[in-house]
Amino acid sequence: MTTTAMVEIKGIHKSFGPVDVLRGVDLRVRAGEVVVILGPSGSGKSTLLRSINHLERLNRGYVRIDGELIGYRRSGGRLRELKEREVLRQRTHIGFVFQNFNLFPHLTALENVVEAPVAAQRKPRREATEKALLLLERVGLSDKANAYPRRLSGGQQQRVAIARALALEPKVVLFDEPTSALDPELVGEVLDVMRDLALRGTTMIVVTHEIGFAREVADTVVFVDDGLIVEQGPPAQVLDHPRHERTKAFLAKVL
Amino acid sequence: MTVDGKPATRGFSPIGTADAEPGSEVASLRVVPARHPWRWVASGVTVVLLAMALHALVTNPAWEWHVVSQYLFYETILRAVGVTLQLTALGILIGFALGTVLALMRLSPSPLLQAFAWGYVWLFRSVPLILQLLFWFNLALLYDRISLGIPFGPSFWEFRTQDLVGPLTAAALGLALHQAAYCAEIVRAGFLSVDQGQLEAAAALGIPRRRQIRRILLPQAMRTIIPTAGNEIIGLVKGTSVVYIMAIPELFYQVQVIYARNGRVIALLLVAAIWYLLLTTVLSIAQFYVERYYARGAVRMLPPTPWQRVRAAAAQLDAERRRRRSDRQRLDAELTGKEAP
Repeated sequence: MTTTAMVEIKGIHKSFGPVDVLRGVDLRVRAGEVVVILGPSGSGKSTLLRSINHLERLNRGYVRIDGELIGYRRSGGRLRELKEREVLRQRTHIGFVFQNFNLFPHLTALENVVEAPVAAQRKPRREATEKALLLLERVGLSDKANAYPRRLSGGQQQRVAIARALALEPKVVLFDEPTSALDPELVGEVLDVMRDLALRGTTMIVVTHEIGFAREVADTVVFVDDGLIVEQGPPAQVLDHPRHERTKAFLAKVL
Repeated sequence: MTVDGKPATRGFSPIGTADAEPGSEVASLRVVPARHPWRWVASGVTVVLLAMALHALVTNPAWEWHVVSQYLFYETILRAVGVTLQLTALGILIGFALGTVLALMRLSPSPLLQAFAWGYVWLFRSVPLILQLLFWFNLALLYDRISLGIPFGPSFWEFRTQDLVGPLTAAALGLALHQAAYCAEIVRAGFLSVDQGQLEAAAALGIPRRRQIRRILLPQAMRTIIPTAGNEIIGLVKGTSVVYIMAIPELFYQVQVIYARNGRVIALLLVAAIWYLLLTTVLSIAQFYVERYYARGAVRMLPPTPWQRVRAAAAQLDAERRRRRSDRQRLDAELTGKEAP
């Protein structure tokens, strides 16, 4: 019905041993769209996000980004997992921001941002450094370029992590609860950076508990529970007029 | 530098404002830190004991210090120190290279590789080093020839074991293979100490596997590896002395050869002891700086080097002297000022 999606998720299943975490999830994300995924803990929303860049292997279903199958290739009637090197190449198109930042503590903020373009995309170091400085400026940290992560606040670390994800010029950026590990007064600065990205037309999929952010920035809000998408739609519809009982119950708890 | 006794007294204000007069008096008093008389006594006793020990060492002629000084830089001894260093270097380099491979095998998803690495560590840690060395020394008795070729198939090159594995090679090989078992565990502990999220982040950024290990995993693991590795290296410097049973002219063997000839047993043992002390001292200092290097980013402030510490102490003394002088001048000025009107 629409043009091809930037991210297309089709019928994905994932189980950890006997536990079915994802039980058939479909999702389409257009280029430039901001999708916020909400849901109670244990609902599978993080696993869903991690499946998109193949940090989790799927049991069934597939993920396509810009038309390219992620983590697998089709051969006859099967999906064969790609070689690690191929998966790593695909991941350079997918930015990922972790809940715990996962900055490399032995590298400075600048070195953190420069690392992937040099190592994974074989960009010349000079070029990568110039780009990294611009990105650090964009997240408001040009004065911290030479600081080691441990000397930065949580909010600053997460902003460096966002710059690091952007350095690869990804087609889509995934955020896994980017503000959950932060002190309340530091949440705002990270959300500001994310809002700015959204305004610049970055395709984003965000798992978060920040309902305010979802209401203000999201084009689409997706509510996940028990490994399934319960309902999705514009924020005004899902957040203010949820149709499903489980959505209502969840929103009643977090709002 | 501003944090010391005196400025604090100015900031001190007594609780309660009712007796403001005596309070302001207290505020101007000098602060005296608590005294620790028993600490002084203990220090004194230690100094006396140390002096006694030194005295006994210097004055007793049985130590034969003149013989020690005569042999300390004897050419044969220096060459023997060279052999000891060579064995240590080979043992550590090959040991850690092989140990890293074993650690990676142990952490690989393949159960076969895991089992092999576990088995290696089990075997080489369980058999005493001296036995292992004797096995390598007598390799020629077990396998007369060594050949290179297709496994279980034809061979292209053949060597006589005796030509290929001389005593020195046998010793280096024995030390390295034994060391590898210990190194494997040290490296594995280092890898395990790095947060799983680090590799996940590297994978999410598409950083190639080899670079993940070299650039992300190893530098962080080094923080855990270095202190234990330092232990191992120092242990091996002294551990090389067991190869004397293979008649290899390393330090301990050479010293024995010399005292067997001239009978100056104690003096020559002392020569060996001094050299071992010297080598481990150099290694300990090197370890300090290597540790400091890998601490960057991991601690907020790097610990100062001894030289930096000396300079900081000197600067503090200087500042204190200057402060005292200015205090005195101010006091003088106040006194003369009071008397003047």
